[in-house]
Amino acid sequence: MASEAKSEGLVFHPMDQFIVKPFFGSGSIEFYTFTNAAFWMMISVVMVIVLLVLATSRRSIVPSRAQSLAELAYGFVYKMVEDVAGKDGVAYFPYIMTLFMFIVCANFAGLLPMSFTTTSHIAVTAVMAMLVFLSVTILGFVKNGASFLSLFWISSAPLPLRPILALIEVISYFVRPISHSIRLAGNMMAGHAVIKVFAAFAGVALIAPLSIVAITAIYALEVLVSFIQAYVFAILTCVYLKDALHPHH
Amino acid sequence: MEGDIVQMGAYVGAGLACTGMGGAAVGVGHVVGNFLSGALRNPSAAAGQTATMFIGIAFAEALGIFSFLVALLLMFAV
Repeated sequence: MASEAKSEGLVFHPMDQFIVKPFFGSGSIEFYTFTNAAFWMMISVVMVIVLLVLATSRRSIVPSRAQSLAELAYGFVYKMVEDVAGKDGVAYFPYIMTLFMFIVCANFAGLLPMSFTTTSHIAVTAVMAMLVFLSVTILGFVKNGASFLSLFWISSAPLPLRPILALIEVISYFVRPISHSIRLAGNMMAGHAVIKVFAAFAGVALIAPLSIVAITAIYALEVLVSFIQAYVFAILTCVYLKDALHPHH
Repeated sequence: MEGDIVQMGAYVGAGLACTGMGGAAVGVGHVVGNFLSGALRNPSAAAGQTATMFIGIAFAEALGIFSFLVALLLMFAV
């Protein structure tokens, strides 16, 4: 970015919030350095543990607020897996529940002021998407053997069209991890950058009220987007899982 | 001089890649609009199809994301 442009008036640094820094002091980042990314990832893991383990440790017939939230999340993801991936997809419910809870907590933790959005980094989302892609592909071959390749051979299409469709299907299959990871990272990054751009406009007295109203509105939108993107990540995992379990069109 | 022209081309290309977002916007709007018009005709069947709508949105959005990816590559990788 052209960050060296030091003008007198407005200075935008909308992308500075995504810089990975060492959490203690300042120095070079080695593989063992505890960074702000690691800190906020730990925060989101702690959020998941508090919600799902501590809140349900003293269960009661009439649930507390935290317990009913945990039950709501569990039921929501369970129903999604059952609806999309089918009855035999339920065996992989724990994996999808883990992904969903981690992503939704990381997204919401990133919305706190001065925090760091771990899911805005492609390095984080690509690892999750790559794991989904690899595990689903391996699962498809283990469950179906070589007939998993019939996923690419659409038997309902006219015969002359099938090789062309097979090529398109193969390309779209291998593009999956890219779109899966960049969808989440791009949405998070773009939303937070927009908030920062409007925050920079708040420095000008003339348009400050308008910009503060805009930040409030975009923040509300971001809360919605945070949830929907976690939902989309989980539901696409279910769709890929369904393809692996039932590759025949 | 030559490097400047290359950089200018990269920035112009990154800006042009943003027009891909318009295509994604049209696609997502089309999916949701058609879902809504179907849902208002038969509201009892709508609740079971919201997941399908989100899958459709995700696939329509994926192609807009590729234009974002091209813009990012032009800004930081070229």
